[in-house]
Amino acid sequence: MTDLDELAAASLAAVEESTDEKSLEALRVRLLGRKGELTGHLKNLGALPAEQRPAAGQQINLIKNRLQNAIESRRQTLESNALDARLQQERIDVSLPGRRRAGGGLHPVTITMDRITQIFRAAGYDVAEGPEIEDEYYNFEALNIPENHPARAMHDTFYVEPGTVLRTHTSPVQVHVMERDDPPFRMICPGRVYRCDSDLTHTAMFHQVEGLLVDREVSMADMKGAIVSFLRAFFEEAVEVRFRPSYFPFTEPSAEVDMSCVRCGGTAKAKACRICKSTGWLEVMGCGMVHPRVLEMSGVDPVEYSGFAFGLGVDRLAMLRYQVGDLRMFFENDVRFLRQFN
Amino acid sequence: MIFSESWLREWVNAPVGSGELADSLTMAGLEVGGRTAVAGDFSGVVVAEVVAVDAHPAAESLHVCQVDDGVSRHQVVCGAPNARLGVKAPYARAGARFRRAGKGESDLEVGVVDIRGVESAGMLCSAEELGMAETSEGLFELPADAPAGTDFRDYLTLDDACIELDLTPNRGDCLGMLGIARDVGAMLRLDVAMPAAPEPAATIKDEFPVRISAGKECPRYLGRIIRGIDLEAETPLWMQEKLRRGGMRCIDPVVDVTNFVLLELGQPLHAFDLGKLRQYIDVRLAVPGEKLTLLDGKELEMSSDTLVIADGAGAVAMAGIMGGMKTAVNEQSSDVFLECAAFAPFAIAGRGRAAGLQTDASHRYERGVDYLLQHHAMARATELLLDIAGGDAGPVTEAVGEIPESRGVQLRFDSIHRVLGVNIPRGEVLDILTRLGFTVLEQSDADVTLEVPSYRYDVSIEADLLEELARIHGYDKLPLNMGLNRMEMGQAPEQRIRLERVRDHLVALGYQEVVTYSFIEPGLASSFSLEGVDTIPLQNPISRDMSVMRGSLMPGLVQTLRYNANRRQEHLRLFETGLAFGRKANGLLQESMLAGLISGKRDGDNWSNSSEITDFYDVKGDLESLFGLGGRIPKLDFIAAERPGLHPGQCAQVLFNGEVAGHVGALHPALQTEMELPASFLFEVRLDALCRQEVPVAEEPSRFPEVGRDLAIVIAEEIGASDIERVVRDTAGPLLVKLNVLDVYRGGPVPEGSKSIALGLTWQHPSRTLGDAEIDQVIDSTIKALQEKFDAYLRN
Repeated sequence: MTDLDELAAASLAAVEESTDEKSLEALRVRLLGRKGELTGHLKNLGALPAEQRPAAGQQINLIKNRLQNAIESRRQTLESNALDARLQQERIDVSLPGRRRAGGGLHPVTITMDRITQIFRAAGYDVAEGPEIEDEYYNFEALNIPENHPARAMHDTFYVEPGTVLRTHTSPVQVHVMERDDPPFRMICPGRVYRCDSDLTHTAMFHQVEGLLVDREVSMADMKGAIVSFLRAFFEEAVEVRFRPSYFPFTEPSAEVDMSCVRCGGTAKAKACRICKSTGWLEVMGCGMVHPRVLEMSGVDPVEYSGFAFGLGVDRLAMLRYQVGDLRMFFENDVRFLRQFN
Repeated sequence: MIFSESWLREWVNAPVGSGELADSLTMAGLEVGGRTAVAGDFSGVVVAEVVAVDAHPAAESLHVCQVDDGVSRHQVVCGAPNARLGVKAPYARAGARFRRAGKGESDLEVGVVDIRGVESAGMLCSAEELGMAETSEGLFELPADAPAGTDFRDYLTLDDACIELDLTPNRGDCLGMLGIARDVGAMLRLDVAMPAAPEPAATIKDEFPVRISAGKECPRYLGRIIRGIDLEAETPLWMQEKLRRGGMRCIDPVVDVTNFVLLELGQPLHAFDLGKLRQYIDVRLAVPGEKLTLLDGKELEMSSDTLVIADGAGAVAMAGIMGGMKTAVNEQSSDVFLECAAFAPFAIAGRGRAAGLQTDASHRYERGVDYLLQHHAMARATELLLDIAGGDAGPVTEAVGEIPESRGVQLRFDSIHRVLGVNIPRGEVLDILTRLGFTVLEQSDADVTLEVPSYRYDVSIEADLLEELARIHGYDKLPLNMGLNRMEMGQAPEQRIRLERVRDHLVALGYQEVVTYSFIEPGLASSFSLEGVDTIPLQNPISRDMSVMRGSLMPGLVQTLRYNANRRQEHLRLFETGLAFGRKANGLLQESMLAGLISGKRDGDNWSNSSEITDFYDVKGDLESLFGLGGRIPKLDFIAAERPGLHPGQCAQVLFNGEVAGHVGALHPALQTEMELPASFLFEVRLDALCRQEVPVAEEPSRFPEVGRDLAIVIAEEIGASDIERVVRDTAGPLLVKLNVLDVYRGGPVPEGSKSIALGLTWQHPSRTLGDAEIDQVIDSTIKALQEKFDAYLRN
């Protein structure tokens, strides 16, 4: 039986020496396949004397099992080695930047406008838009600003032709809506407006949101409440707000709205604050109770209905919110400036 | 309106500090725009007299003065030309301090110094040195009766502030001390002491005839002759100081007095040289084309809506705005005709501005001057003028036009709570309104009717009275009501894609939003202007670069590209939304547009793939992706077209549902070269089309297998992919669920002038499995159709 032992020893050694799954499989076929060496020994059992056959068969099977186990174990080792090698080979530099398009972004004025809109929408205000080239009537007369009224001087107006202007505020939109629909009204009108002056703090084009609420029994207390809650929502802090008498032809009573300075919190009255010029207050909005004549001209009964209107400069709020020092930055569109808001 | 705080306190002495007074004014609607000291911050300066003057031994231009400061004599070296014997001037004693405003500058202390060998103790001061004038020459000469030794700050009440009010245009009544004092009196519930103005007795009988032809425009006109005035007379220092603190320069007694009354009462006056007036004064409208040379030398040609003061020879003044040159008072004048009139605001408003004039008078008349004030003002001015410049006054000649009727306005007490949200007791209501000058005409438990004072042009309805109450009661005392919320549900329309979603999508695609001006440069505008649409120019642009309304958003994006490219910002994707303007035969066009621009490398500079440059298909793909927001790509068509500003061979018209929605294409190479830009690709679409959406109607997906076939055909170069697609869709039948263009190939063996296009087609039946035979049949007929229509053949 020495050949069998030799075969077993040599085969086991060959299994251990095999380096890949393919050669291992070839070895398996050579030893254990149908025409394999060990299989041959089994086939030759019949040639042995009957009394030797059981022992010989047993020995061959023993060797067969040992070989099978060794091959399987070797296969697993090889598989695991191969996987390790593959994993090692497939290692990448995860610190390289991802493959993507550079992100875009919204303009800060849009971001501000969207936030304002979002706040008022949640309080039930609709959003209305209108033309920017506007009939002089809607920009002025319908808002109680007759020709030659000194208030017109505050509105340095661009003319497209006699009687047609670039709107100087978005209030004309409110007139259109009041003429078209029935009260109550609760709306804001965001958009571009134009005035022909241009200096450090004014650009010939800027953005406004004007609001209007008309219903039965609306008082100045409601107006104050609406404006204070808006400003606190917008600036996300409990800013102090003061209302002081002012004049707009389309509201009566009218008020200018001051807010405690976003930078110094109104504490720097004596110290130097660039933002509020050390007054502690920032002028942020105008508002008032809608003038009865304006309601009347738009077909709303001023006896039954009253309401308030307000207007705010979006660009100015954006400047305050994002600490932008120069209004003109908004319209230069330097992408290095704009990308800060992305 | 600028005025001296101490002057206000002469009228109504508020028991509050300067800051608090300013706050009260602001909170009552008279916004304090600024408060500045009327003089520099100094101490140790007194009134002194020069009692001896000698020449300086070493310097010709210097004097050695002996100065009596009320206590003792001091020797002072002084270079002022008016340092003469007997002159009184402010004297800074040795030890006087001048505080300097500038940061880091230390105070200046006056001492005893040696000036070229002569000891000089203290300093005689000029107005400039005391911070009372921008520039001044020589010593600040004081009147002979100025008491030597008096502290100079006390002598001229220099612990005072100039208060500047930024008045709203409705408050013309506060363009004089009288009105401001009245408001402060109401705010603080204090009585106001108004200086009396007794009518001076006429010492001559001379009158100059006055008549009003335009009675509606001129309710009242007062005139008076004053003869023999001395224009060389010195305006008293107290008046000079009030004028200076009110922002006025001193000129001569006539101008100073009229300016003083203007500041005090808000009533403009004008003096004519009597000798130059002809026959009579008539207040009338100008004859169209009538000419007048104004005081400032400006020559005007007037229209019939300009109110003029005319004499027998023609217009001598633009009423309420400015006097004429011909009848102006000058150094030779001694007899004047003093005018004090009321003009209706409507007759003056806008006229000055139209002629490029803004005067103190027009500023007041435009806003409304009290039509009952003229007699008082005339008396005050005459009295002051006679006091200062002597002369004899004649009687007042008055002409009356249409005096406005007094107005009664009703206030219902319950309106106070309804509109203001607060209750103000009846007593307080009446007290406030009475102090403001309203008089009670009638009252009941429920309401009160008040007569509006003649100076309150801005009060005509109840709301105006409510504002008066609110501002004097205090806006800050009105409650806050936060509970005004709508009970109805909000709306969430699904037929429109929200603009926010479009924007967010573009941002996700890598686009940066910009906001450019709506007015642009005409040349650039015309490069992009569409046929049949005229550009709209502005009549009064601020510059040529901003003089026409944009007809497209593309020029703004191109300019933004240039701005950024010049700053080495490349690889850009930009977009803007906004209106585009134009004029068509049938009217004005204002349409909401969305425009985009891409330029540079597709993914910027990247270690990984490609530094591929973007092209037409990138921008087109982005546009398709946008229209895909509503699942609407099948309704989208791109047809080769031309559009100004874009490359004629790389431009498509965007059709949505068969309707033109916009354009997409490459920037025209000529424009690109001219503006020195990198290659870029643009699109612009109407938001109206882009945002349209249908509410989806869902279908159940088929459970039966898809059958797919690829088809490569050779076809002439000029046949567009969309043409092929249309034919394939027509013949491939309704069961075709997917059609992709898989490949476009040019070159051997495909013949020159042709291209090979590979299409991937997928069919699916909703309720059964499709057989190979029927698909083969469809493919055959599709190939046949392409062959017939385009002479295409199968590539093998």
